[in-house]
Amino acid sequence: MTQIYAYIPHTNGVAADAALEFPSAAKKIDDGASVTAVVTGSGADLDKVAESMTSTYSQVIKIDNADLAYPNAEIVRKALINIIPADAIFLAVHDTFSMDLAPGLSVKMDSAYAADIVDFEGVDGTNLKAIRQELGGAVNIHVNIDISSGAVITVRPGSFAPVEDGSAGGAVEDKSGDAGDLSAKRKFLEIVEAEVGDVDITKSDVLVSIGRGIEDEENIEIAQELAEAMKAVVSCSRPIVDAKWLEKSRQVGTSGLTVKPKVYLAMGISGSFQHMGGVKGKPFIVAVNKNPKAPIFQVADVGIVEDILDFMPELAEAINDL
Amino acid sequence: MTSIVGPASFKFFGIFPSMIFSFIIPVIGVGLFAYIMARRLAPLLRANPDNRFDHIGQRVKNLIIVWLGQIRHPRYMLAGVLHICIFFGFLVLSIRSTSLVIVGFSDGFVLPGFGGSLGSIYNFFKDYAATVVLVACIIAAVRRGILKPERYAVPEKYGHDHTAEAVFVLGIISVLMISESLFEASQVVSESRFTDHAHFLAPLSLVWIFRAILTSASQNVLQGLHIFAYFVHDITFFFFLCFLPLGKHFHVITSIFNVFFMRVKKGNIKPVMHGVTDEQLDDLESFGVKKLEDFTWKHMLDFYSCADCGRCSDHCPADAVGRPLSPRFITIKARDLMFKNYPLTGEIYKSNLLVEDIYTEDEIWSCTTCGACEQECPLGIEYIDKMVDLRRGMVDEGMVPQSLQKPLKALEKRGNPYGKMEKKRADWANDKEFKENHKIKDLSDKKSKADTLFFVDSITSYDDNIQDIARRTSIILEKAGVDFGILGKKEKDSGNEVIRFGEEMLYQELKEQNSEAILDTGVTQIVTADPHAYNALKNDYGNLPPVKHISQVVAQKIAKGELDLKPCLDPDKVYVYHDPCYLGRHNDIYEDPREALDAIDGLTRVELEKSRDRSFCCGGGGLMLFYEPEEETRMGVLRVNMAAEIGATVIVTACPFCLVNIQDAIKVAGKEGEIEALDFTELIEQHLL
Amino acid sequence: MEILVCVKRVPDTAENEFELNSAGNDLDRDDLVYSVNEWDNYAVEEAIQIVDKLGGNVTVITVGDDESEEVLRREMAMGANDGILLSDDAFEGSDGRGIAAILKAEVEKGSYDLIMTGAQADEGAAQVGGILAAMLDMPYASLVNKIEPGEGKITVGREIEGGNQEMNEIDLPCVLSIQTGINEPRYVGIRGIRKVAKVEIPVKSAGDLGIDAGSVGESGAKTKRVDYFVPDMGEGAEMLEGSTGEIIEKLIEKLKAKGGL
Repeated sequence: MTQIYAYIPHTNGVAADAALEFPSAAKKIDDGASVTAVVTGSGADLDKVAESMTSTYSQVIKIDNADLAYPNAEIVRKALINIIPADAIFLAVHDTFSMDLAPGLSVKMDSAYAADIVDFEGVDGTNLKAIRQELGGAVNIHVNIDISSGAVITVRPGSFAPVEDGSAGGAVEDKSGDAGDLSAKRKFLEIVEAEVGDVDITKSDVLVSIGRGIEDEENIEIAQELAEAMKAVVSCSRPIVDAKWLEKSRQVGTSGLTVKPKVYLAMGISGSFQHMGGVKGKPFIVAVNKNPKAPIFQVADVGIVEDILDFMPELAEAINDL
Repeated sequence: MTSIVGPASFKFFGIFPSMIFSFIIPVIGVGLFAYIMARRLAPLLRANPDNRFDHIGQRVKNLIIVWLGQIRHPRYMLAGVLHICIFFGFLVLSIRSTSLVIVGFSDGFVLPGFGGSLGSIYNFFKDYAATVVLVACIIAAVRRGILKPERYAVPEKYGHDHTAEAVFVLGIISVLMISESLFEASQVVSESRFTDHAHFLAPLSLVWIFRAILTSASQNVLQGLHIFAYFVHDITFFFFLCFLPLGKHFHVITSIFNVFFMRVKKGNIKPVMHGVTDEQLDDLESFGVKKLEDFTWKHMLDFYSCADCGRCSDHCPADAVGRPLSPRFITIKARDLMFKNYPLTGEIYKSNLLVEDIYTEDEIWSCTTCGACEQECPLGIEYIDKMVDLRRGMVDEGMVPQSLQKPLKALEKRGNPYGKMEKKRADWANDKEFKENHKIKDLSDKKSKADTLFFVDSITSYDDNIQDIARRTSIILEKAGVDFGILGKKEKDSGNEVIRFGEEMLYQELKEQNSEAILDTGVTQIVTADPHAYNALKNDYGNLPPVKHISQVVAQKIAKGELDLKPCLDPDKVYVYHDPCYLGRHNDIYEDPREALDAIDGLTRVELEKSRDRSFCCGGGGLMLFYEPEEETRMGVLRVNMAAEIGATVIVTACPFCLVNIQDAIKVAGKEGEIEALDFTELIEQHLL
Repeated sequence: MEILVCVKRVPDTAENEFELNSAGNDLDRDDLVYSVNEWDNYAVEEAIQIVDKLGGNVTVITVGDDESEEVLRREMAMGANDGILLSDDAFEGSDGRGIAAILKAEVEKGSYDLIMTGAQADEGAAQVGGILAAMLDMPYASLVNKIEPGEGKITVGREIEGGNQEMNEIDLPCVLSIQTGINEPRYVGIRGIRKVAKVEIPVKSAGDLGIDAGSVGESGAKTKRVDYFVPDMGEGAEMLEGSTGEIIEKLIEKLKAKGGL
């Protein structure tokens, strides 16, 4: 029987959305696999998360140590290698923490490593078939993962359906004692918070979000006008911030802010998962893009193939005329 | 009582001969001047080479028209006329001043040939000359010191104001004029008391006025004044001579050389290093201008020659929109650095990187190379080549903004700045409707032949909104009976902006590939609708069959009666033609597009105030579209507003980049519906019979 | 400081339109242009800036075929002092772990204070840095967007969720993966590359490195690429079609229904 361990990321005593997605992913790997949640941390926050996981997972392992209060990948790795069986499949969500943790963990566990998986197609012997995206989502690729000596796999957030029935009725097992030596050559110092800008995009119900398709700094005005017509706020993808056309506080995405609007207009945004990773709460997504093959059209509710520089002014005018 | 005594014979207090001063002053003056000039020449001797001894005929012509003829001065009427007055006054008075120096040793000296009637005629003119110069100086001083035209203001970031120096020099010139006239008037009054015949003086001239004032003065006063005026003039004259090389009035000395050596060709870019062929470029240790001494000697002479008149910056579109560039201060800052690093005494300082020392990177990238500054400069100071040389230096050091690195890399990999695939370069011809009626020959495979190559260039090939220009140009050529084809995927970007943005080796590569592909086709002429491509192929490549812009083809075919146009489809509209920099200023094509427009019956055409060689850049083409400058407004917006002010409803241009910039500017200016932008080819194609 | 930067030659996402070949199982590679992975440029720039300040050497290294030499030259034109090409038929088809094992063999021959990689590649999995660090038993930080070198230690900022920065102190030697935006990489033109065209770049094979050919390459890979395919668009967005006016009309109806207006 395949043994799967899912690493639960959490902050302030609350598990990340991905925690509910691992069971679906595990099911696609092997329907009959046993799935164990692993939570590391310290104190009351940890207990709270571990407890909350019992409704989704029948087995929950917690590792409590003051050194684990902040998830320093090197320390977490040390704790995990003493607890995860060598031939198990270890699942984590593909986020900035697991990019720190997972590659090295696979070496220490001497198992296969696969990152950023968007789908699984089941196990065939010791061969796990999975799907990744490459080249900015332009193409998909099948990969075969040899799980004969276990595997460390990260999955793309939002790629697997969350399990919300909450009837697992699991129990928390405290394995803090097995963690062993947690000394590290890397020391966490502090978090430097991103500067807060003039507009809080996380508070807006409607976002007009712009990407590379805006082409030029001056054209941002066109988006502003549409946003005004819709009483919305302008947000953007990473390239716009990199170009310094808008402030960092306007950026939606895994390296920017997470937003939960009701309606999300993706204007000239190709729709990389790093960007869409910041769009939560299942908004109604309208995508406008010149390129009919843009990946955004896979995740949007409504798609329009047009040049945003022509489309946005016309839409703004039509809305103003209502 | 005796007649008045001249400076050669006068004795102070009756014993001390004034001739000693007449001797010492010129010796010190000339000696000091020679020393200063030698120090000023030092940096030019360390500068890079420049080939300025070619086209002697053209250079002499420039000397006559631009220097002596002062042709560019009346472009600013008041300042220009004042300058012409002072300039010619100086020329006339230079003879008098020379002979006055000798009068200090020899009373009553006249230059050979000036004894008889020629002398009288000369005296008549020089009296007026002195008067006119004085009047001009007074008006100029009022203008600079009191009215203070905005053009001369020095923004804080560029240093201190130059008004004091300007007014001081006007004062010195006035002193020269007054002392010369007093010297003569005192003599004339005195002589008239001893001789019968009245000395003829030009009526109402300064001398004439002084004579009237001095008629009743005593002989002693006249004698004192005579000697005093002489030495005031002598000292001022040599002081002025030595003062000239210390500031903006150096141009009085250098202008004649600067104009003689000014650029004679238009539209081209100087080689990386004069005397180094393209093949030898790889052997150069360094590229472009990084330090002061990397400029050519002519470019240094430019710095010395600047009169700080501000005409360049007054016409600079970058300056107008608040970009961190003012051509005037490109020169002034470099001149100040030359003065600082090459002081009149003591050691010469080592130069630093110019873009860290006196310029900023953004300043140098802000130039659109439109050429308005060079067109305006009365002294023939160059800017584009300097900008390109400075950019070459920055590219060599890796100092290229990220926004420009992407298109440059794409040009290297794909031959176009957008990174689009080569095989899609001719996709514009595959438009369904177009393809049904028109077949475009691809000359690159050598199966097809044609006399004429239509060079499309990148923006017209790949930009969805501009591809129409390619299709319309083809239709016009077809209608005009031109047998033409294209290079298809073998065409690369012409590289007009690649060389102008300082990426010389990338330009060389593009040029090589294009040249080979073009020469392989065996065409006898090249036509393009893109003035930037036109300019590069014609002026930068220099190895190709003749190149024509589509507007030239149209104008010629209309003139020959081989192309007929319908009456105007929109007679109610008011059309204005915007001169693209690379068609107009860089290539003197002003009339062809206008003639073609005027051949449309019933078309109402107005002219912008800033038109022809004073056209205002739309914002720049090629790589400039990728650069993100700091600016307060867009050049295109200013241009659209100019057109709106004169009541135009259609701006016709003949350049894809102008079209892009002006179309965008109309949106930004909020003038959609009021005014529209149209490419020349669109207007002509609509009106084809 | 002795710095090693691991770089990679990849198809350039900015200059390519990716299409599948006629068999539909791989990219159509005929018209692809390749360049150095964008993130790697930031790593090399950072290394050069550190060495400019503190002295030392920057070495760039890649695992690849003959054509990969081109990316080493580009990085050397930026200012890296040396290049090393690790090339062997046996390396082909290596997974991240295989690549890291090959790099490890060379790293152990030198003495580096700092090893850098790009944070990720468009064609990769953001893995080699982390795997290499674990193999070398060196500490590691990914997505680094700030570096302040110290004595025997280094302070690094990591770009984490929400645009925040996680500051860490790490013992040297260590491995860092560098995120874009940490600096502004300098420009390298054709001239720069030509200037270093004649600099010798050592090429090392599996034998030179003492690597068992079976442990790397296709045979040693635990994660293998099988085939490429175009993402299924079937369940994607409802595409609105027609004239712009019609589209806008339909869109406004939908926006009204969903609370967008």
